[in-house]
Amino acid sequence: MSVLVNQNVVSVIVDHDKCIAGKGCRVCIDVCPTDILALDQEDGKVKMVYDECWYCLPCEHDCPTKAIHVEIPYLLR
Amino acid sequence: METRHLEADVLVIGGGTAGPIAAIKAKAKNPQLKVLLLDKANVKRAGAIAEGMDSVNNAIVPGFATPEQYVKEITIANDGIVNQAAINAYAVRSYAMIRELDEWGVKFEKDETGDYAVKKVHHLGAYVLPMPEGYDVKKVIFRQLRKHGVQVSNRLVTTRLLVGEGGRVAGAMALDSRSGEFVVIRAKAVVLCTGAAGRLGLPSSGYLFGTYENPTNAGDGYSMAYHAGAELSGLECFQINPLIKDYNGPACAYVTGPFGGYTVNAKGERFIKSDYWSGQMMLEFWRELEGGNGPVFLKLDHLADETVTRIENVLHITERPTRGRFHEGRGTDYRSDLVEMHISEIGLCGGHSASGVWVDEHARTTVPGLYAAGDLCNVAHNYMLGAMVYGQIAGEDAVDFIAGKDFAGFDEDQVALERQRVFAPLLRADGLPPTQVEYKLRRMVNDYLQPPKVTRKMEIGLQRFAEIRADLAQLKANNPHELMRAMEVYAILDCAELAAQASLYRTESRWGLYHYRVEYEGRNDAEWFAFVQVKKGADGRPHCFKRAVPAYLYPIDASERDAYDRLRFEEPATV
Repeated sequence: MSVLVNQNVVSVIVDHDKCIAGKGCRVCIDVCPTDILALDQEDGKVKMVYDECWYCLPCEHDCPTKAIHVEIPYLLR
Repeated sequence: METRHLEADVLVIGGGTAGPIAAIKAKAKNPQLKVLLLDKANVKRAGAIAEGMDSVNNAIVPGFATPEQYVKEITIANDGIVNQAAINAYAVRSYAMIRELDEWGVKFEKDETGDYAVKKVHHLGAYVLPMPEGYDVKKVIFRQLRKHGVQVSNRLVTTRLLVGEGGRVAGAMALDSRSGEFVVIRAKAVVLCTGAAGRLGLPSSGYLFGTYENPTNAGDGYSMAYHAGAELSGLECFQINPLIKDYNGPACAYVTGPFGGYTVNAKGERFIKSDYWSGQMMLEFWRELEGGNGPVFLKLDHLADETVTRIENVLHITERPTRGRFHEGRGTDYRSDLVEMHISEIGLCGGHSASGVWVDEHARTTVPGLYAAGDLCNVAHNYMLGAMVYGQIAGEDAVDFIAGKDFAGFDEDQVALERQRVFAPLLRADGLPPTQVEYKLRRMVNDYLQPPKVTRKMEIGLQRFAEIRADLAQLKANNPHELMRAMEVYAILDCAELAAQASLYRTESRWGLYHYRVEYEGRNDAEWFAFVQVKKGADGRPHCFKRAVPAYLYPIDASERDAYDRLRFEEPATV
């Protein structure tokens, strides 16, 4: 059985100029209830890797550098 | 796929609202005990109140309400099917819990004299205590977890309970959704606080995670309790909420009602007298939506600008803080626009309706040593404060239960079987993506279980669910995260089947829209003044049966009994 890779619009926007995940910060990754944020090994920044966002905002509120902005997922806008 | 072994005297599963209080209270009662609190997310921001709460819906504050009034109100609101002793166990502890939270640092609204500023939203009494600065509840509770020395373990997805000798609970098994480790936890008592079954129905947006409930609450606890042999109750009494159309936030009567906001139909007429969430209110709401008078709106545009600002400062900051962003995206301003409302997807939830794991007034399930608290247990309309109080009751009773007891012995075959079930989707070469199976399952839930309930539809639904159960043998996960989603599909499917079975069993209509069966109009107290229980039979299939409603502590007068059936304005009230 073969599967397609779906394309979905990302709702958790990370400002790369502010994100300090490269220095070891994992706050947003840790607080996300659905565990959809991960460190991108290539650029050392956080990115959304699963389209499972509850747009609940702990990632945005707990980020020490205010690097995250959460948008309402496209299907709901 | 290593196996990690843990031990605890009291194991609390679920770090949202009830769980942390259960753990704190168990530890406070006996600081020598090892109390372990697990969550599939992170306890700091887990559960329904991750971003706080805007009000206590059921505060029983002296001078405003008494336990007797409250128990009677909930009895009437829940069409008589309650164990009043269980409601009363909350009611008599409600005020002490508010005081304790206040001492811990949770901010409740007070008047100029320092008294709690209780508002009337319910049909009969006054129980709503606003928390305009309620966004930090979780932080306050987390500090208490630390202070009491509760052990916390995050990202553990509990999949099954261990059942020991004599049917007593012996612990639990879990998947670490980060490392992929399998974890076996032996415990002398287990408190299940895994929340509602919030990923049962599919939101009309089609977005799997756009649920009213925190989507981590996939119904795991219902499934685990069922497979451990516990009785579940009222699964035909669905949770359905009035929400903002396309957004998962309540409209919200508790916050806007006391400021003068209310619900209107497309003609601008009020049609319900009380916006308190009940099945009866939802039935009137549904009739208005479907009967040609819809859409239904929340009306705030008649309020003064500063009043609207005060409302925004609550609604856009606590509980669902992206609400303002959603309105902004659509150009909706409460000052000039009505807010379109709709009804939510269906779910199972004790705290909002009455569908949950059966517990008595000590939070004990029918499995020895297994407790349930919060939205998972069937104590009707318990909400946030009731979850906390039932956490307290469960945590303290568990300490008494384990006194002088060792771990229950258990059959190791359970561990081998569960390991096999959990890891099968990871080991399979290819197969069905869990999210796609989930989408299909939840779309079928909408098609066949959403009220009004029709016998033939629910029977077809059960056929479809059986086909999807066969598909589970083809689930494919590529990593521990996807494996967590695969295990959640199992739980959602259990909940769907149990909800259908319980709904078919009760051949009457009750709780307004929550159990509206078109072939059986109206309440039939002669046959159905009873709880409907469901339990796993010896054949491994769900078995439904009746459980008598215990004699009331506070009798309900015939004139009061149907108060919640008179929610509709007799004449359209044009405002």
